[in-house]
Amino acid sequence: MARAVSTRRKLFFTALSWTIAFLIFFPVLWTVLTSFKTEGEAVSIPPTFLFFDWTLENYAVVQERSDYVKFAMNSVYLALGSTLLALLIAIPAAWAMAFAPGKRTKDLLMWMLSTKMMPPVGALIPLYLVFRDLKLLDSHVGIIIVLMLLNLPIIIWMLYTYFKEIPGEILEASRMDGASIGKELIYVLAPMAVPGIASTVLLNIILAWNESFWTLTLTTKDAAPLTQFIASYSSPEGLFWAKLSAASTMAIAPILVLGWFAQKQLVRGLTFGAVK
Amino acid sequence: MKSLLAGILGAISLAALASTASAETTLTIATVNNGDMIRMQGLTEDFTKNNPDIKLEWVTLEENVLREKVTTDIATKGGQFDVLTIGTYEVPIWGKKGWLVPLTQVDDPADLLPAIAGGLTVDGKLMAAPFYGESSMVMYRTDLVEAAGEKMPDAPTWADIKRIAGKITNKDKEIYGVCLRGKAGWGENMAFLTATSNSFGARWFDENWAPQFDQKEWKDTLDFYLELMKADGPPGASSNGFNENLALFNAGKCGMWIDATVAASFVTNPKDSKVADKVGFALAPDNGLGKRGNWLWAWSLAIPAGTQKEEAAQKFIGWATSKGYTELVASKEGWANVPPGTRTSLYANPEYAKVPFAKMTLDSINSADPTKPTVKPVPYVGVQFVAIPEFAGIATSVGQIFSAALAGEKTSDEALAEAQAVTTREMTKAGYIK
Repeated sequence: MARAVSTRRKLFFTALSWTIAFLIFFPVLWTVLTSFKTEGEAVSIPPTFLFFDWTLENYAVVQERSDYVKFAMNSVYLALGSTLLALLIAIPAAWAMAFAPGKRTKDLLMWMLSTKMMPPVGALIPLYLVFRDLKLLDSHVGIIIVLMLLNLPIIIWMLYTYFKEIPGEILEASRMDGASIGKELIYVLAPMAVPGIASTVLLNIILAWNESFWTLTLTTKDAAPLTQFIASYSSPEGLFWAKLSAASTMAIAPILVLGWFAQKQLVRGLTFGAVK
Repeated sequence: MKSLLAGILGAISLAALASTASAETTLTIATVNNGDMIRMQGLTEDFTKNNPDIKLEWVTLEENVLREKVTTDIATKGGQFDVLTIGTYEVPIWGKKGWLVPLTQVDDPADLLPAIAGGLTVDGKLMAAPFYGESSMVMYRTDLVEAAGEKMPDAPTWADIKRIAGKITNKDKEIYGVCLRGKAGWGENMAFLTATSNSFGARWFDENWAPQFDQKEWKDTLDFYLELMKADGPPGASSNGFNENLALFNAGKCGMWIDATVAASFVTNPKDSKVADKVGFALAPDNGLGKRGNWLWAWSLAIPAGTQKEEAAQKFIGWATSKGYTELVASKEGWANVPPGTRTSLYANPEYAKVPFAKMTLDSINSADPTKPTVKPVPYVGVQFVAIPEFAGIATSVGQIFSAALAGEKTSDEALAEAQAVTTREMTKAGYIK
């Protein structure tokens, strides 16, 4: 009897999970489906789900009108560049906070997180003026620095949480054996924290890939990533939803594939420390 | 000696190459994503062929993104763009601030439609050249109006609209008498409501910049709009903007749609519209007060002050807004696809006169006067907007209040009282009200 109840419960929760997952994924699926419709079909009332004349026309138009590869490569440079730069700063910072905490470490962590609470537009004009004067507008270096600063608090927090799980005694032992701080970080701490660093890297790449406010404002053509590619197909006066969907599908495809293969690390990264 | 000579010759040819390369000017053009602008990008060979030293780079963006980006850039003199696509709202404000360069190479400026050119002129100087202009008008289903036993006048009144809408509405068959904008935004529902309010004799501000939402004219406007939409509008209208209404109209769900004249080419395109062969056009409605409820807008090309490439930018704008460009589009894509609403000569052209919505577009544009938008005198310029920098923020707030009223979350009186309070507060903060 108990087994029957448990199987029924299991079935119920499995069905519920799949339903919720499908509902969450549905907008993405709808975007992908719309990208294969004609503009007329894309806005037809009632909407068509699977039974329509599938076409690749939108992809052809988007490919012809925009240099997708250039935008995509810029997204790759910005996401990877900002992540690597952030790691260089965040690993030592998280190490210091986890293994040599001071009186104000907790306050410092909270303060770092509080910088995420400010609406980005509040810093727009000062930052724009600084970028203008330093000739960083529409440059890869400039936007990499901004994306790094934007995600640094989250990265430090995530790494701090991982590092806290590593017994300090191991690091102490390496120090007793004469390891310098650099060696301790590279040869002792980093290998033990690889899963944590990997999930942090993945999450940061996704955040940097999807960031739109600063990438739209501070880039124009040379450093413009896929966010700008999508924005060029949106229009408040004119139904270009099928083309917009094709552009969106092309923009999210790489990150979707990356997310699919790395979902284990991502889930671990996002839930680490949540259940103790 | 020989090798020295070869070296010198090589250096000279390299220097020559370098000077050729540096003589090339690259213009960065910021533009919106609409059919006419995208078409122009495909036709620029005509320009670059005659100007081989000028290279064009396009930055196409969604209208609101573009507006934010270009405003930030021009206000901070960022210098990211050499040619801007801007609307009728920005030109008077930016022109007065000295952010735009007066245009000197516009092809036959006297040929520009006076209503359009008037909105782009600051202190007697043309600050932007119109690429295409638009007004608003009634688009209606000829079959449904006929089946209702009605005939749409060429210049209907709001009473005509209400009566015909009532007869067309058949909610069981999901056919709604009239589709109007309800989505909040200064360029969304407030463009429509401000233009409509002009025909009811309302105005945003009196001569002393005092907000006027507490006046009878605004109450008449909002009451009429809410009642009409409640009785004959589609469900969820408070989320409907241009695109949503276009989709509804093209699917055959709307008897009438009052919106931008640029929509005419979309609703009559059989590829996208199920009702393409059943669409008629009429002027935007009035109330017999001498002002119609139509707006006036132009997407125009301008040069930001501070660009290092003014001469090339002047040349490009001269080409893109010329009569020659119009003929080029007509020869490649037909007269129906020519950018409308900018030149008198286009409407005098017998070929263009054959386009079904040509006359109505011209009449609509000519009946709007940005300097005298409504019945009573006003201290501002603009038909469906007030050309002051604070307007976009204020009108978006008011738009949210009116959209909530349409959704049934507040009454007309509550909405007007809130709109009055918000506008008074912001105008006092901005220093207009002492």
